[in-house]
Amino acid sequence: MAVVTQSAMTAEPSVTSPKMTARDLNLFYGENQALFDVNLDIVERQVTALIGPSGCGKSTFLRCMNRMNDTIDGVTINGQVTLDNRDIYDKAIDVVQLRARIGMVFQKPNPFPKSIYDNVSYGPRIHGLVNSRDELDEIVMTSLERAGLLKEVKDRLQEPATGLSGGQQQRLCIARAVAVSPEVILMDEPCSALDPIATAKVEELIDELRSNYTIVIVTHSMQQAARVSQRTAFFHLGKVVEVGETDQIFTNPKDERTKGYITGRFG
Amino acid sequence: MSLTFLLLAIAALCALSFYFGRQRAIALSGGRYSNLHSLPAHYGTYTAMWCGLPAILLLLVWHMFQGTIIQGMIISDLPPEILNDSGKLSLALNSIFLLAADNGEHLSVSPEVIDAGKRLASLQIIANVALVVVMISVALVGLAFSYRKISRDMRARNNVERISRYVMIACSGIAILSTVGIVFSLLFEALHFFTKINPLDFLFGLEWSPQTAIRADQVASEGAFGAIPLFVGTLLITLIAMCVAVPVGLFSAIYMGEYASPKFRAFAKPALEILAGVPTVVYGFFAALTVAPFLRDNGAVLGLDVSSESALAAGLVMGVMIIPFVSSLSDDVMSQVPQSLRDGSYGLGATKSETIRNVIFPAALPGIVGAVLLAVSRAIGETMIVVMAAGLAANMTVNPLQAVTTVTVQIVTLLVGDQEFDSAKTLSAFALGLALFLITLGLNVFALKFVQKYREKYD
Amino acid sequence: MTDMASLMEDRAAAKVISGNLRKPVDWDSPKISRQIKKRYAAERRFKMYGLSAIAIALLALAVLTYSIGSKGYTAFFQTYVQVEVFFDPAQIDPDGTGDPAVIGKANFDGLIKESLRKRFPEVTDRRSKRDMYDIISGGASYDLRERVMENPSLIGQTRKVWMISGDDFDMLNKGYISADVDEGDRRLNDEEISWYHALQADGAVEKQFHTRFFTNGDSREPELAGIWGAAVGSLYTLAVTLALSFPIGVLAAVYLEEFAPRNRFTTIVEVNINNLAAVPSIVFGLLGLEVYLNVMHLPRSAPVVGGLTLALMTLPTIIIAARAAIKAVPPSIRQAALGLGASPVQTVTHHVLPLAMPGILTGTIIGMAQALGETAPLLMIGMVAFIVDIPGSALDPATVLPVQIYLWADSPERAFVEKTSAAIMVLLGFLVLMNGFAVYLRKKFERKW
Repeated sequence: MAVVTQSAMTAEPSVTSPKMTARDLNLFYGENQALFDVNLDIVERQVTALIGPSGCGKSTFLRCMNRMNDTIDGVTINGQVTLDNRDIYDKAIDVVQLRARIGMVFQKPNPFPKSIYDNVSYGPRIHGLVNSRDELDEIVMTSLERAGLLKEVKDRLQEPATGLSGGQQQRLCIARAVAVSPEVILMDEPCSALDPIATAKVEELIDELRSNYTIVIVTHSMQQAARVSQRTAFFHLGKVVEVGETDQIFTNPKDERTKGYITGRFG
Repeated sequence: MSLTFLLLAIAALCALSFYFGRQRAIALSGGRYSNLHSLPAHYGTYTAMWCGLPAILLLLVWHMFQGTIIQGMIISDLPPEILNDSGKLSLALNSIFLLAADNGEHLSVSPEVIDAGKRLASLQIIANVALVVVMISVALVGLAFSYRKISRDMRARNNVERISRYVMIACSGIAILSTVGIVFSLLFEALHFFTKINPLDFLFGLEWSPQTAIRADQVASEGAFGAIPLFVGTLLITLIAMCVAVPVGLFSAIYMGEYASPKFRAFAKPALEILAGVPTVVYGFFAALTVAPFLRDNGAVLGLDVSSESALAAGLVMGVMIIPFVSSLSDDVMSQVPQSLRDGSYGLGATKSETIRNVIFPAALPGIVGAVLLAVSRAIGETMIVVMAAGLAANMTVNPLQAVTTVTVQIVTLLVGDQEFDSAKTLSAFALGLALFLITLGLNVFALKFVQKYREKYD
Repeated sequence: MTDMASLMEDRAAAKVISGNLRKPVDWDSPKISRQIKKRYAAERRFKMYGLSAIAIALLALAVLTYSIGSKGYTAFFQTYVQVEVFFDPAQIDPDGTGDPAVIGKANFDGLIKESLRKRFPEVTDRRSKRDMYDIISGGASYDLRERVMENPSLIGQTRKVWMISGDDFDMLNKGYISADVDEGDRRLNDEEISWYHALQADGAVEKQFHTRFFTNGDSREPELAGIWGAAVGSLYTLAVTLALSFPIGVLAAVYLEEFAPRNRFTTIVEVNINNLAAVPSIVFGLLGLEVYLNVMHLPRSAPVVGGLTLALMTLPTIIIAARAAIKAVPPSIRQAALGLGASPVQTVTHHVLPLAMPGILTGTIIGMAQALGETAPLLMIGMVAFIVDIPGSALDPATVLPVQIYLWADSPERAFVEKTSAAIMVLLGFLVLMNGFAVYLRKKFERKW
């Protein structure tokens, strides 16, 4: 059984020219190892879901993919993460640029305490992506539109974003990420703080975004993974146990642990 | 010395009554403590409280009135020619007190005053003896009363707890009492002052020279009491101090909170806190002896005429004093900005400084405004630095190279040394004190509201 | 705003219809690379600002310490001059009684002057003689008297005696008076400096540890002035402050944290305490002046009044610290005690207070350190008098260390500058000790619940 898992993890014959890859990635918080030899490929313009019991390292792995762990003291990383075949931990890579190319949406909606407009325009502004106010307006509108929020907020763009409902705030955060035109969007349990209706909206949005972006989503809800993703990776105790097409993982898991988790025996 | 003795005696009596009360309870229990409602120690505490508390209360009340009553008795016996002249009266009283304290041999005063001095001395002795007698008897009466009340069924614990509750409430009340004390003592003397000087002249007058008479024939008015030059001077020095403290304090907080390595922080943070612990008199000495001459000499090199008591020297040093205050308050405030906001910004590819400037700082702004207001209030009320390094002359100027004076400097100058009470000069210090109190109180209330609002937002 | 919104709406609608994607950003374009460079430069600049802010603050601290230390360390040593003294029996004890009362009244000052005249026989001019007498401090005669009282056999002998020098001479020896300056611009004239060189050539000038500085009260003569009087005054004042503010502060904190019902009174008290903590200290001085001196007629300049005033000032600090410490004790401990049938008062005295005590003590020590360094309110209640005697009780007139510093800083004599700095060093030493102890307490009893 272990042999099968191993081969499933490293070979992944179905994936050709992935958008992002992780190879033999290990991560330590001080003395504690949180990730063990993680190998994973992310396919372009698909949604990849990372599932697993809490504390399994899926969020930690996600934060490795745009180097958000750099902001935490005492984290050491070895191994390789690539974007378009370039190692993102390479010295020549600029973190700031990298994070613009790989956007992130967080567990709890975290709009800045500014107006809705300023929230969305923040990224393009700091990256100097626009030359005029008109261009900026355009980006804000398209991004809000793409996040499915425009209709709800178009009359109150100058009002504080903190006045929006939780679901709206989270979609605003997605719009904020989209505004920088990233290539990959990482989502860390984006619906865990939302009610079912808001969740449905965000899930719908993720599905639409798939046509333009590569998306990696961490979720603790297997239903959600099944609904929105094309590929799924199962994490357990800091290791990738199994990865494959979502249908296959949910209907015909190869690993006992995956099966156990999916059928609700632990997690 | 007698006070120490008295307190020790009361303490001994309390200990004794604790023992008696406890023994009696034990005796009543017949050897089985469960026969008693409370523990024997509760009965002991109960008697000790009855013994000590009324006596202490009496001591406080006694001291509050003893001086006034004795002085009243002395004054009533003085001949009318002294009584009717307030200047002579205060002089005579001064001599009488010196005589009573055996310090007045060298005084050449009238026999009435010498007699009064002797009378005062004997009155003081009588009062002290009476106090001892009354206090000890009150303590003993309390002891006897509570001792007799002890019985098997007496709820000693409940009684003790009820009394301790009252004591605790009284202790909390002292906070209110001191505010009331401040307000009344300032208001009382300030109103007294305003009967002599028109409040409008005080608040809007442009000349401050309490020492010199303007016109010799003016009644009860010895000088000019226009406080505007003092307010201008205070504001000028405060402004200079803020120009140093706000940017330096804010940027140190930012560096300390966002950039510094733990090692650097472990060294730099306590070092900054040392600045906060240095007594203000030390800063004053530093300003007067090091900074002011340095500025004057360098000013001379540049062809500037810097006064040796320039507002700049006092302001700069005051700014240094306030740096840690601003820095620790804004550090608190900025560290309360949730990590998720930082993550949001970093996740979009913002650099650290962009995150700080565009996200953290605006989010923390209300708290920082509150911190700065508190710092301003502190600068306005700061006394020693300006007393030692700023001048006495009430110049109306905003030139930082010249000497200005402040509200606090004037309060100190007016009240240090021999004072004649009832003179407008002395009373004006209380009017200034009232102004100072109201301004700083207003700033504090405002600032605390700001900070409070901010805390609620992120808690 | 509505205009802009509607404008945007139109544009957005157009976008949705066309449905086209924004073209991806070319991150390698020269424009973007320039941007990035600029952003990183801004980042470095910003970080530099932060670092320089800390550097400025630390520099200020360093300059402060250096300027105090370099001015003050010389005060711990005092110049002594060795002069040959003939203990003339005719002067000290003409009748040879050996009676201490007679010896005690003898003119030792004259003895010293005589010795100086013998050392410099060439000085005859009256003014020069007066200058010459200033080589030795006026306090030296007391030393000499004590010496003879202890050892009456000295009478009739000639001994070389080290005697404390006057302040100007001391300053010259410490290099604070430069001979290069024009004669009219310095405190000592050429003749006096020549005496110094003559004495130095004899090996009759040396610096000794200045114990007087630690054992004497204040004096008009810098070389005789010491900090002991002020230190004792500070001690009495702090004792009164502590005796009042600690129990009252702790009881008030316990009440507010554990017993107070949520009502108007409590709210008023809380707001009050927060505001009192920020009232300028000089206002407390005015309160003390009015209430303790003018209404209650307590003795002026006495530590007891200073202590009462400072107690009101430190009370908010202690209450706030004590409340924080009490709040940090987890509710589970209270529930456990209450569950066993302890009364609320027992719960507090047996469990909550002992656990909160380290925190309360830390706050109290910090409050006491503040009180020790406080000057302004004490000026208001007359603790600025010139007091030579060491206070014997909290009711005697006294001064405190910071006020002594203020008084000396105001004195014109050059020698008081070093005394002031030295007194500051002593005061800072006490403060460092107190704060160090507070930090130690906090570290030792720090507990994470």
